[in-house]
Amino acid sequence: MSFSDIPILKAEDRKFTADPTNAPKDDLREELFQLEKEGELEVIRVPENHMELKTKYGRIKKIPVEKTWHHKSCGQCGHIPGYSASIFWLNRQFGLDYHDPTDQTSCTAWNYYASATSNPEAQAAVAIRNFAAAHEVGYFPLIHCGTSFGHYKEVRHALVHQPELRRKVKKIMEKLGKKLVVPEEIVHYSEWVLAMKDRIAERQVVDMSMITATVHPACHYHKLIEEDAIYDSEIYGAQRTAIITGTLQKLGINVGDYSTWYDCCGFGFRHILVSRDFSRSFSVQRKIEVMKEEVNPDITVTHDTGCVTTLDQSQFAGKAHDKKVGLPVMSDSQIAALAMGAHPYKVLQLHWHNTDNKPFLQKLGFDTDKLWAEFQAEIKEIKDGKKQYMSWADADR
Amino acid sequence: MMALDLSQNKHADVSYDEKDRLFEEVKSDERWHHVLYGCYECGICVASCPSARFYDFSPRVIAQAVAREDTDLIYTLMSDSIWDCSQCFSCDRCPRQNSPGQIITIMREVAVKNGLATAKKALEGYGRIIYKIMLTGTQVSPDMLQPDAFPDWGTHVYEIAENLDDWRKALPPETLHTTETSWVIDDKTIIELYLIWHMTGVMDLIAGVDEGLYDIIVDVMEERLEEAGYDDVTFD
Repeated sequence: MSFSDIPILKAEDRKFTADPTNAPKDDLREELFQLEKEGELEVIRVPENHMELKTKYGRIKKIPVEKTWHHKSCGQCGHIPGYSASIFWLNRQFGLDYHDPTDQTSCTAWNYYASATSNPEAQAAVAIRNFAAAHEVGYFPLIHCGTSFGHYKEVRHALVHQPELRRKVKKIMEKLGKKLVVPEEIVHYSEWVLAMKDRIAERQVVDMSMITATVHPACHYHKLIEEDAIYDSEIYGAQRTAIITGTLQKLGINVGDYSTWYDCCGFGFRHILVSRDFSRSFSVQRKIEVMKEEVNPDITVTHDTGCVTTLDQSQFAGKAHDKKVGLPVMSDSQIAALAMGAHPYKVLQLHWHNTDNKPFLQKLGFDTDKLWAEFQAEIKEIKDGKKQYMSWADADR
Repeated sequence: MMALDLSQNKHADVSYDEKDRLFEEVKSDERWHHVLYGCYECGICVASCPSARFYDFSPRVIAQAVAREDTDLIYTLMSDSIWDCSQCFSCDRCPRQNSPGQIITIMREVAVKNGLATAKKALEGYGRIIYKIMLTGTQVSPDMLQPDAFPDWGTHVYEIAENLDDWRKALPPETLHTTETSWVIDDKTIIELYLIWHMTGVMDLIAGVDEGLYDIIVDVMEERLEEAGYDDVTFD
């Protein structure tokens, strides 16, 4: 045999095709259904009306279209509420049946990763209590926060593989009058947005073809239980998650690539609360400045509470140090809603964001002064006692 | 940047037996056998680690110390380094399937559970967050956006704090018209959360790191549990 007999594979011939039969990780769902057969737990099935996407190793993941129980994010609802409002707005535009629960706690994982003042039993019990609350009203959990999503996947994995943990959590649930129920799929809202991208694009009223964006995939979305994140051979050759990018490209946005895409945003869990010097430095120097230097985008889009917060809020201090900042940050749900005609202030609630987003809106053709005046008119009616709250109908007026 | 002192004598005041006891507690965690398989010393974890860029911190040092069972060094790391970790789990791309981030999660839990002085110090200023999550069920709330808490976020925080009530009322989802919690949460739901903290020993953890905070939480919880008809919240 000579060297010339050895086939040389050129880079362009190397196409990655995910093969679920050769996946390096087991399909957890099979183990889950086996445990159900053995009476160990009950599996919450994905509702009949669902779509299918592929995960890292080519397995099919079912994404519920409706009958979704919205597991809200404390950071989104508390500090950037237009993020959550946009998710609900999209559901309402399509006339989908969804549930916005009050029988829901935060996943408490932010605190767990920040302070360790909890333990695996408590974390699993909090998760299962929320899942049980969804199941009791006949809806399927849709997780808004990237950390809740990653954490709940870890909890599900631990419950399947640790009989002792299962026993303890089952006992706690019995005391609460609840069952040990585990969803067939743990689904993040951005997977729902991606699954719905064709329907969103059909209803698109704002041309976004002049926009260039960068994408930041959240660490806890694609690094924790990585086999469950969504991949697509048409996007980055399935070498990184298709989430966000697939949605933006469908809306006609040019997605620019940058070298530090894998880096985290700098959130750090405890750092963003008590050691923000780290968060600010990392976010500005490793993410925002790199995006500006390598792509110079109009916006950066992400899909998690902490990422939007850190990337957006950290830029203010960067200005004092003459850093290359000034890049607006939004979620994919906000961009999708904006494309379908949602009001930037009444629905996207962009006044809660820090970095100036007016140049971005103006590039899309929005009259930001007029839109802000419309929002202020709503505030005036609330102040004058003419209405108690701004309603969904007001938001679409 | 302060250099990390990894010398064996750094914590000579703590006996070897005590350090060993803590490491045994780390190793007895159910997750232990799925977070450490050895170390190639390839440095992929360090290259992907955000904390390694800004602190004298290395996930590789953590993985190697626990793999070698270097009890003195592990105690030093448990007292210093572990609180620099960002818990992003970028280090999970380890080719040996190690998870230095998960090793640190376990080490942090042991440090908190045993009331290590350095754990208490790391959590200074964090009490109000624990208070919020344990008593309201949401970790952050709109009314936390105060200028004195976030001076580095700029004048924008003043604007939010000034308009908070009206801006919350101008949110279309009905569940978001709140300022003290991120959304409306049922009383029943909060009670169930309290019961979980009690049943899983989290209350004992809090007592170990911040007695004052523990007392406040217990006072508030007991009153609410009593109102809800729970006289005894002692569980197995």
